[in-house]
Amino acid sequence: MDVLKKVPVREQDPNVRNKNFDEVCLGYNAEEAMEEATRCLNCKNAKCIQGCPVSINIPEFIHNVKEGEFAEAYKTIGKSSALPAICGRVCPQENQCEGQCIRGIKGEAISIGKLERFVADWARENKVEPEMPTEKKGKKVAVIGSGPSGLTCAGDLAKKGYDVTIFEALHQPGGVLVYGIPEFRLPKQSVVASEIENVKKLGVKIETNVVIGKSMTIDQLIEEEGFDAVFIGSGAGLPRFMGIPGENANNVFSANEYLTRSNLMKAFRDDYDTPIARFKKVAVVGGGNVAMDAARTALRLGAEVHIVYRRSEEELPARKEEVHHAKEEGIIFDLLTNPVEVITDEKGNVTGIKCVKMELGEPDASGRRKPVEIQGSEFVMELDAVIMSLGTSPNPLISSTTKGLDVNKRKCIVAEEETGKTSKEGVYAGGDAVTGAATVILAMGAGKAAAKGIDEYLSK
Amino acid sequence: MYKILKAEKLAEKIFLMDVEAPRVAKHCEPGQFVIVKMDEKGERIPLTICDYNREAGTITIVFQIVGASTEKMSHLKAGDAFCDFVGPLGCPSELINEDIEELKKQKLVFIAGGVGTAPVYPQVKWLHEHGVEADVIVGAKNKDLILLEDEMRAVAGNLYITTDDGSYVRKGMGTDVLKDLYAEGKRYDKCIAIGPLIMMKFVCLLTKELELPTIVSMNPIMVDGTGMCGACRLQVGDEIKFACVDGPEFDGHKVDFDQAMKRQQTYKTEEGRAMLALQEGDTHHGGCGHCN
Repeated sequence: MDVLKKVPVREQDPNVRNKNFDEVCLGYNAEEAMEEATRCLNCKNAKCIQGCPVSINIPEFIHNVKEGEFAEAYKTIGKSSALPAICGRVCPQENQCEGQCIRGIKGEAISIGKLERFVADWARENKVEPEMPTEKKGKKVAVIGSGPSGLTCAGDLAKKGYDVTIFEALHQPGGVLVYGIPEFRLPKQSVVASEIENVKKLGVKIETNVVIGKSMTIDQLIEEEGFDAVFIGSGAGLPRFMGIPGENANNVFSANEYLTRSNLMKAFRDDYDTPIARFKKVAVVGGGNVAMDAARTALRLGAEVHIVYRRSEEELPARKEEVHHAKEEGIIFDLLTNPVEVITDEKGNVTGIKCVKMELGEPDASGRRKPVEIQGSEFVMELDAVIMSLGTSPNPLISSTTKGLDVNKRKCIVAEEETGKTSKEGVYAGGDAVTGAATVILAMGAGKAAAKGIDEYLSK
Repeated sequence: MYKILKAEKLAEKIFLMDVEAPRVAKHCEPGQFVIVKMDEKGERIPLTICDYNREAGTITIVFQIVGASTEKMSHLKAGDAFCDFVGPLGCPSELINEDIEELKKQKLVFIAGGVGTAPVYPQVKWLHEHGVEADVIVGAKNKDLILLEDEMRAVAGNLYITTDDGSYVRKGMGTDVLKDLYAEGKRYDKCIAIGPLIMMKFVCLLTKELELPTIVSMNPIMVDGTGMCGACRLQVGDEIKFACVDGPEFDGHKVDFDQAMKRQQTYKTEEGRAMLALQEGDTHHGGCGHCN
């Protein structure tokens, strides 16, 4: 083997997988994982740990894998992460642990994400149980939202002996892991449901169909239901639209709607009642991970799919791996292109989008070169559906109904990074509700920090 | 699970159910809605709350069969249960935040169209309980489709009933009744219209002429109902609003009804159905709620 190269991971063939919803990446088997683990230099001053938002002891778990001690490896990861099967799949490792890997200086970084995934999958298949809490604190904590930050916070608090109840607005727990990220990247039953099951095994109760801010307020949770502390992990919020003419036409969707129909409501399956139309040609506007997810979903439902993005490939905010997978599967990238109008027929259905070509000018506030319209470059792209994937703005449900909870200019909840502490006593927050749309692992990191903050607060 | 305590057929294709949902019943207010889901594979269906009993922990819903999912729902009986029942969602009616003494000075008129009578009822009832008598105009296609007549009579100031075909009380639309009342010299300070889009559109056209401020309750296509998906977006004045978090009630004179009607058709018209069957291929299963 070439120590400078990663042990390649098996994937479904692009021309097969672009027609099904099964998982793209097949993961390592035990032999492959052990072989990959031998590449780890076991650095004393391990940079990879610093790159991990939840500080997993990476060299130690990789050492466990190398020795074939997979249960031990699961325990090592479990000390820091409640959701390893998920993180191994959806973390942007190239910017985090793997981005810091010393091996990566000369050759390819260790495949830390794929190893983490292997360990978590092995533990699940071999029915390794998470370690149970040993003490009872006798204090109640409410967690709002069962996405990555909520699950992590709840899991950590339960391990410390708190009585934790998660309140979830939707009918199924998991948040973005269930409604947002598609099946082909993150299998719902085998991976997400079983990680949630592990959190429940720690004693965490999950109550679905409760919309905090509507069904109940945070003040009521504290005053009427006797919770000693509250963690808000309510997620990103309302989808943004471009504000261009024709945008309310039929078959213009937010990526959230399109993905929720397919992922949460399982509209891609015949036996579920929620509809999702099969389009011929779809434009997905935006260049983030969510845009890639929506594009690859539309592709699997039979459409020719174009990513329409106003900057160039270099500025695409999506993970390289996602862009690579999307291209392999046949997604067409129309870069330096910006829609200016949605064109409709007399029934209000989309028939096309008017676009302009862009070129890159001087760097803007974000440090990226600002796209500037090329005069006279207008053209019409004919299509029958448009998916807007432009990010989100915070949901006001909680901030508008909670007295004394400060929000910033962007209407995100203000919370201390180290502890998750908000302006309201006993109330903590983390994840997208605080940062605006970010990643699963950053939300988990925030959930973890808040669990620590809440423990300190309740131990006073 | 959310147990159905009572299931009753009110009229052809229109059903009423009392459902056990203590958390919803504890905090809901008139004007808000719930989302129900029958079983694991069902759609999430938004329904305006028709009545609630805080002590008993129950919510009353009224729905009309418009397609496969509501058809399935109509077969549920007392003792059965909904798999999911979430709420209260949306903002309460603005009326309940107003000063009661101020409200008592105002002349209010509700115009209810068809199954829209159900969401009008809790508002009129709430006003009645707070000593405010509002007039109510109820319109329906025919006599059989007039809902909750006795209940409404018990809480309304004047109750005016009209039927499209003249099979009960009088012939004409709700707008005709309002026109006649104005012709007789009656004047109102505020109108609240709830019913089919086309009815609310024509009420608003009339009340604009009459310079009568009008609130409408929108019930567009929704998925999550908590602001996450944007399926329910509407043009209101020069803003895009989400019915689920900003509404469901809006200033009727600002709502773009033509656009809302087009959006409502996404999964609806005859031709749309055929097109959808074509577009959806194998996945066409009538799940939109409008095909059988």
